[in-house]
Amino acid sequence: MSGFTVVNPGMFSLIQDAGRHGFHNIGITTGGPFDDYSFNWANRLCDNLESAACLEILVGGLVLESNISTQIAITGADVPIKINDKSVDGWSTQNISAGDQISIGYASAGCRSYLAVAGGIQCPLIFGSASTVKREKLGGLHKNGQALMQGDLLPCNASQVKITRSVAEQYRPQFDGDVAEIRMVLGYQQSQFDASQLDRFFTAVYTISQQSDRMGYRLEGPAINYSHNEMLSEGICLGAIQIPADGQPIILLCDRQTIGGYPKIGSVFSQDIAKLAQLMPGRKIRFKAIDIEQAQIILRQSAQSII
Amino acid sequence: MNKGFPKIAIAGENSVIVYFSERPCAKTSSLIANTSKQLNNNLSNKLIDLVPSYHSLLVIYNALTIDYLTIEKEIHSIVANASDKELANGKSIELPVYYSLESGPDLRRLAKHAKLTIDEVISIHHQTEYTVYAMGFSPGFAYLGETDSRIAMPRLCTPRTMVPKGAVAIADRQTAIYPSQSPGGWNLIGLCPTTMFDPSQHPSTLVEVGDKVSFKAINRDEFIQLGGKDQLSGIEQ
Repeated sequence: MSGFTVVNPGMFSLIQDAGRHGFHNIGITTGGPFDDYSFNWANRLCDNLESAACLEILVGGLVLESNISTQIAITGADVPIKINDKSVDGWSTQNISAGDQISIGYASAGCRSYLAVAGGIQCPLIFGSASTVKREKLGGLHKNGQALMQGDLLPCNASQVKITRSVAEQYRPQFDGDVAEIRMVLGYQQSQFDASQLDRFFTAVYTISQQSDRMGYRLEGPAINYSHNEMLSEGICLGAIQIPADGQPIILLCDRQTIGGYPKIGSVFSQDIAKLAQLMPGRKIRFKAIDIEQAQIILRQSAQSII
Repeated sequence: MNKGFPKIAIAGENSVIVYFSERPCAKTSSLIANTSKQLNNNLSNKLIDLVPSYHSLLVIYNALTIDYLTIEKEIHSIVANASDKELANGKSIELPVYYSLESGPDLRRLAKHAKLTIDEVISIHHQTEYTVYAMGFSPGFAYLGETDSRIAMPRLCTPRTMVPKGAVAIADRQTAIYPSQSPGGWNLIGLCPTTMFDPSQHPSTLVEVGDKVSFKAINRDEFIQLGGKDQLSGIEQ
């Protein structure tokens, strides 16, 4: 079979495509890229479909060996990339020959990288998607939610050599700053939180806890109090910020449960979920409210600005 | 339609949540099912996903093709014309449960909260027939309602990071079986050895919304015989 052999899977590398949609009614989550901005650029550089399967690489340590000629593109975190012994740039396409070894070192800023291959990784689909969701034991090469393992073969088709292309500097994310500002839209049970609690929520600086992953980011900081009404479980959208009884917010992410019963104050704006994806536990965030009109205008403008 | 309903609230930049009634009931469930069907028929290319639940429906839409005011208007007009006719009768399933302190680490606390004995909590739980009101949280996780109010208990203040596959649990007046190992904040009262979700099977879930579920108490030996041994080691007391 043609493609890439996994020489070293790195810390935690997953196959992700655009995610699983239309199965929330039986409790299946979306999965998909945590940082969809970097994921989309990786596919765009390789002239792939928006939904093509890529690798999402946490921190780094991945080594692949190719048995085909093709192009790849690596976006996302700041990572050292080598093809054989030669250092190459991220956010650009690289031509690969049969026998080449591709190494992704450890991230110096940000923490998730995306590796796209021309034509996409030819991964089997389950419930319409290749996305790996460990908790659900769905997706990935073996359809069982397993992360990449040493010796796995990523099936890919050969592609002709092309002119290399790169993403202009101004479109690459910046990872500096002490406290990341995360925009959110108020909603759901927001009326259960009084003005003093909303004020506390928006002025607080929260630390991303060690118990954070693709399912959710647990935050540590000032507790948010509210009137505890008995609540029926209900659908949870991407980015929903739930406040459990201990008052410490949890942001629900790509691998979130589809239904839950803790009150929610609103939801993180999707463009800032990509930002969260690049923040490791221990990093700090602050929330800023934007209204729904503003959020939808930004979404439409961004869609138009991308060629 | 109930007075004052539907209520529509913003959930996120591309989602709204629609509430159909104050409390769940058969009519509300039918209304939600019929509304989902109509939304899929009328707006399929503008929808991303739907999450039906007890008394609500989360509508996730493509904000590039429809804005929130238009989707709210569409939902109002669909709900106004949706039928609350009962769905065809679903199937009835009996599931074995090993209730014990060993398999249900919250049983003692729940009994104390309810001012009942542990045996009373167990018998009240398995003497009720439940309806599947919603599926969610994780694949095949069926929300069963409603538990007897005497054994209702709020969720844990801090969710457990790990709940084993098959855990039978209570949160407020809901009960459920965790179909796979996952984090969770419900009170654990026992373990069920039956597989609730298998992606290689069609259908992949043992129950669907509208089905009836009842529980049968089994002892430790029967539980082990039904293949439950591994589940016991996953219990986080």
